[in-house]
Amino acid sequence: MTAHAEQTAQAVPGAVQAVPEAGTDRFDFVLGLADDALVAAQRLAQWCTHGPEMEEDIALANIALDQLGAARLLLTYAGELEGAGRDEDALAYRRDDREFRNCLLVELPNGDFALTMAKLLFLAAYQVPLYTVLASCGDERLAEIGAKARKESAYHLDHASLWVRRLGDGTDESHRRMQAAVDEVWPYTHELLAPDPTAPIDPATLRVDFDSVVSGVLAEATLTVPETAWKPDGGRSGVHTEHLSYLLAELQVLHRAHPGASW
Amino acid sequence: MRDLLLAGNLLHPLEIDVLSCNTWGMYGNDFPADDTAGGLLGEVEAAEMALRAAAERGRHGSAGADPAAYFAEVVAADQKVEPRDWMPEAYRATLIRQIAQHAHSEIIGMQPEGNWITRAPSLKRKAILLAKVQDEAGHGLYLYAAAETLGVSRDELVDLLLAGRQKYSSIFNYPTLSWADMGTIGWLVDGAAIVNQVPLCRCSYGPYARAMIRICKEESFHQRQGYEILHTLAHGTPAQREMAQDSVNRWWYPSLAMFGPPDTDSTHSAQSMAWKIKRFSNDELRQRFVDMCVGQAEVLGLTLPDPALRWNDERGAYDFTQPDYAELMRVIKGAGPCNRQRMEHRRRAHREGAWVRAAAAAYAAKQANKKEPAKQKEKVA
Amino acid sequence: MSEYSEPTGQPGGAPPAPLWEVFVRARRGLAHTHVGSLHAADAELALRNARDLYTRRQEGVSIWVLPAAAITASSPDEKDAFFDPAADKVYRHPTFYEVPEGAAHL
Repeated sequence: MTAHAEQTAQAVPGAVQAVPEAGTDRFDFVLGLADDALVAAQRLAQWCTHGPEMEEDIALANIALDQLGAARLLLTYAGELEGAGRDEDALAYRRDDREFRNCLLVELPNGDFALTMAKLLFLAAYQVPLYTVLASCGDERLAEIGAKARKESAYHLDHASLWVRRLGDGTDESHRRMQAAVDEVWPYTHELLAPDPTAPIDPATLRVDFDSVVSGVLAEATLTVPETAWKPDGGRSGVHTEHLSYLLAELQVLHRAHPGASW
Repeated sequence: MRDLLLAGNLLHPLEIDVLSCNTWGMYGNDFPADDTAGGLLGEVEAAEMALRAAAERGRHGSAGADPAAYFAEVVAADQKVEPRDWMPEAYRATLIRQIAQHAHSEIIGMQPEGNWITRAPSLKRKAILLAKVQDEAGHGLYLYAAAETLGVSRDELVDLLLAGRQKYSSIFNYPTLSWADMGTIGWLVDGAAIVNQVPLCRCSYGPYARAMIRICKEESFHQRQGYEILHTLAHGTPAQREMAQDSVNRWWYPSLAMFGPPDTDSTHSAQSMAWKIKRFSNDELRQRFVDMCVGQAEVLGLTLPDPALRWNDERGAYDFTQPDYAELMRVIKGAGPCNRQRMEHRRRAHREGAWVRAAAAAYAAKQANKKEPAKQKEKVA
Repeated sequence: MSEYSEPTGQPGGAPPAPLWEVFVRARRGLAHTHVGSLHAADAELALRNARDLYTRRQEGVSIWVLPAAAITASSPDEKDAFFDPAADKVYRHPTFYEVPEGAAHL
């Protein structure tokens, strides 16, 4: 899979260099990655003290911390690209939902543990090849962030795969729940990989990796991909589900209640 | 088969340099000068050295015909009792009760702080708080593992907690109403816990002492991050300052109550001290805590809510108002503001996770049944 | 320990996850050292749990997990029989021998 991603990286060697110098394209692109990580971190952090076993509380917190760490680096860089003096907190705490660029998948509520693992599997299967390509891109900052985040995402993918296999091929109940989770989340994966030839990295180029990883895991887990023509999207242009506004209300409540305060 | 721990969980420490660990650098820089936590860390290290020194001294002979005498001798010589050694049943029961209660406290104690992770006011604070609450889960697991060396299983202990038959520290039955509570819990609650726990690093039971050394080293960051939060708030906007003072007002007396009832009413103390499970009395530790906090509060510029608090030259210590022990007893008995909420939260997580645990067990059983032809594994050593 | 063995019949009672002992190699060049234990349904989960529980602060570069049930340990009762006989075999230690003055590289 990593090999795949590396091939992808080589197949589109000029991808990132093709971006116009600075400008909103790259800002939007980086912001999208940052918001994916931030919103994913916030959802995973909501699991804390609710995990199905104490060990899993620790594991989910680790993954949340990884996503949060990547979000901070990416937001900081996005702020620099924008050049308007916004730091990580200004971007995280003082934008409204219409200004967020994350994909819809990450903002979906946690649901049960199966739903969370389905979301994590699809997110990681997208982030691993994405960060792998970034790691060898021409933008030094993104390459640095990609190199770090790629290893973390590989662990997230491992963790999600491990649980999807166990839940899919565990008990009747866990199989039923895991299949229902895949059915529910699957339509949202289209947005992750929707072609965008103008983007610094065209998400469509990640599909080969994504498909091969996901189909392998689902097959081992005795699960199937649902047949549906529904392809919800809008996150990348700031048109979200109803859930994001609530998530941000919680995330931002304290910060916004004390304008100008330091913490 | 738990006496593998004889090998010594921290006898050969992983040489973790606490001051250079990853999480430290994130927020250690702008911490106001204060040496107290460093002093306690020093004591943890001294305890670890003493533990190693005792191991070096060795002990020839063995339990033989008079195991009780041998046990007494080991304890008297400040050496460690290990899992498969003979020990008085009451010693075993006391340790199980204490270690389990301690483990439960770590796990339940995640909730009051977990309550603010999603609302942390900066991304840096969110990361720190999440890492801290995660550490608490880890500490709970270290402690359950130490308890298991005494012949009780973690599942049994968790069942006892969920059935309300074993307790956890009553401090966690108070609500976290503001962000400042994240600071105060770190400063006062973790501070009191550290004062309580540092002597446990010298506990006569090896696995508990080793777990406590590891925990105390990791917890030194917990107290500092809390103090830093309060310091920032106390030097922030008027609203932040007020938030900080209100929080200290609410947590001060419950923190003092964490040391337990006064010595005159403490039922377990004398025997535990003779066994070197406990090394100082409740009142000694409480006094020590108050004496440490006064100066720290001054640096913060916050007031400890006790008009009677003043230095007593004769005693060489601060006089202070005792916490309301009747309230402590009420909270222990279940009538605190959050007892029901905390227990229901834990029960619910356990209940809702049951199908996941069952799936993991079923999958493991299926895989074991498949019994793939013995894989040629490379030799590990 | 019958006093401690009355489960309260929580729903969905899966069999308790087995206990695993965890060994961590702190750095290249050092042996794996026992650091503690944990519960997990199988070896794969045990290894991941060990990573999250025992190496949060970069404490290791390699981890072993071993089912606790697979360990056979000597018992304190056998301590004398096992270990005392080694006590009088001082000739196994290099300090037992006197090295004549002037002899180098010994």
